[in-house]
Amino acid sequence: MNLRAAMNLRAVWAIYRMEMARAFRTVLQSIISPVISTSLYFVVFGSAIGSRITEIDGISYGAFIVPGLTMLSLLTQSISNASFAIYFPKFVGSIYELLSAPVSYLEIIIAYVGGAATKSILLGLIILGTAALFVPLRIEHPFWMVAFLVLTAVTFSLFGFIIGIWAKTFEQLQLVPLLIVTPLTFLGGSFYSIHMLPGIWKTVTLFNPVVYLISGFRWSFYGKADVSVGVSLGMTLVFLAVCIAIVAWIFRTGYRLRN
Amino acid sequence: MSSIISISGVTKTYATGFKALKEINLDIERGEIFALLGPNGAGKTTLISIVCGIVNRSSGSVTVDGHDISKDYRAARSLIGLVPQELTIDAFETVWATVNYSRGLFGKAPNKDFVEKVLRDLSLWDKKDAKAITLSGGMKRRLMIAKALSHEPRVLFLDEPTAGVDVELRQDMWAMVRRLREDGVTIILTTHYIEEAEAMADRVGVINRGEIILVEGKAELMRKLGRKQMTLELRAPLTAMPDGLSRYALELSSDGGQLTYTYDNQSDRPGVASLIRDLEAAGIQFRDLDTKNSTLEEIFVNLLRQEP
Repeated sequence: MNLRAAMNLRAVWAIYRMEMARAFRTVLQSIISPVISTSLYFVVFGSAIGSRITEIDGISYGAFIVPGLTMLSLLTQSISNASFAIYFPKFVGSIYELLSAPVSYLEIIIAYVGGAATKSILLGLIILGTAALFVPLRIEHPFWMVAFLVLTAVTFSLFGFIIGIWAKTFEQLQLVPLLIVTPLTFLGGSFYSIHMLPGIWKTVTLFNPVVYLISGFRWSFYGKADVSVGVSLGMTLVFLAVCIAIVAWIFRTGYRLRN
Repeated sequence: MSSIISISGVTKTYATGFKALKEINLDIERGEIFALLGPNGAGKTTLISIVCGIVNRSSGSVTVDGHDISKDYRAARSLIGLVPQELTIDAFETVWATVNYSRGLFGKAPNKDFVEKVLRDLSLWDKKDAKAITLSGGMKRRLMIAKALSHEPRVLFLDEPTAGVDVELRQDMWAMVRRLREDGVTIILTTHYIEEAEAMADRVGVINRGEIILVEGKAELMRKLGRKQMTLELRAPLTAMPDGLSRYALELSSDGGQLTYTYDNQSDRPGVASLIRDLEAAGIQFRDLDTKNSTLEEIFVNLLRQEP
């Protein structure tokens, strides 16, 4: 059986295209605003703190924070893109059309998560491009840089999709990104190496999953990492597997979709 | 096989324990206009939502043109167009984009000519570049229909299609539904405006408290359960009913100026002619008479009243 017959690829394309059209329609909010706020971090942290901490692990402070800040945007934007994309039709009721269409769960996921991940990858690349204007950026392992970028974007878009299905209010939609993901990212070594932390905090930090994402991503740039790259990659894959399992359960039971 | 939708033993109990549907069995004939009548909360929308795949059923089975809605959901769903009750459209999309999106979602290849025809038929072509948020309520309703028709469905569900719609648009919609039926589309319409069912339906199903209490051809239903009423305007008011007329069970108006005679359509003894002869014999003269059939609404209200 060929792919076209087995899958409703036209539906995947229709959803994906609509999601991308929405991003370009709201370019100020979805692209320009995160780029500006991340650039402010480079300027403020890079020059204010960078004048005091000149370098970490032999990397200038301004350059050191770039992977972490890119990751911060990638995580929050992947979650907010995907959660909003599925929450909004639920909120206005237009989800009826998706549920009544000859579309499989896999196709829905590919289209929505694909759309959200594409947007945040584009955003990540724009942020990296912008950062290169301010700090000397080098990428030692471009393949792994792209791999971490794509894996993280897909994983956290899936996570956002789950939040979008779970949320019953706009407040709940914001809850996880604001109260969990952003603090974890700030405390996950975006602005410092975890080796700089005092004893007990170094151990506590290792329970923060974002540490592994940032560490792996930073390694792809400068070849220096807080934890080993294999562990970083493994943790990212574990989180991806957990998200896939939850999504599979949601679709099998119709949780908050078909009940 | 003449039925295009076959619903067998379908039940739905929500997580709250509310039993929305109790053992529904219903066959929809190919090419008919079927009206599903019921008061608010009777289970109409739940039943439609189950057939369309929006809500999971608790038990039972449904086939659409022979395709099981679970095992063969792609084939089943691609045959169905749904116009829900609520006006739920992505407000920031243009008419053109949202209708083409619907077509793609249902797996159909792009066809600009067809989408243009749908929009023209629904008087939306001039608004094709307008965002849904700028449309009037009536136009939004037509846009919902355009989305449902965009993928050329063989079965169209209209859930309360004319709720809050003005008379002109209602007439337009009825004309459109008849055109679709001529093209062979099966139409299932839920409504609590009985006149809508009366004007359009071939068959009528009545649902109440999650149970189908009756399915009948509309004409048959009106013939079987309908009643006729004859009202006589008297030349001189009566103070009391003359004895010779007691067998007719007449009703005298409070001012004594009108006599009303109610008889059912099936009865062999309407006795209209003999009533008039007896009125003459009793010396009662009338200056006008009026007869009317009971409406589907009256039949419907009577049916619900008879429910325990």
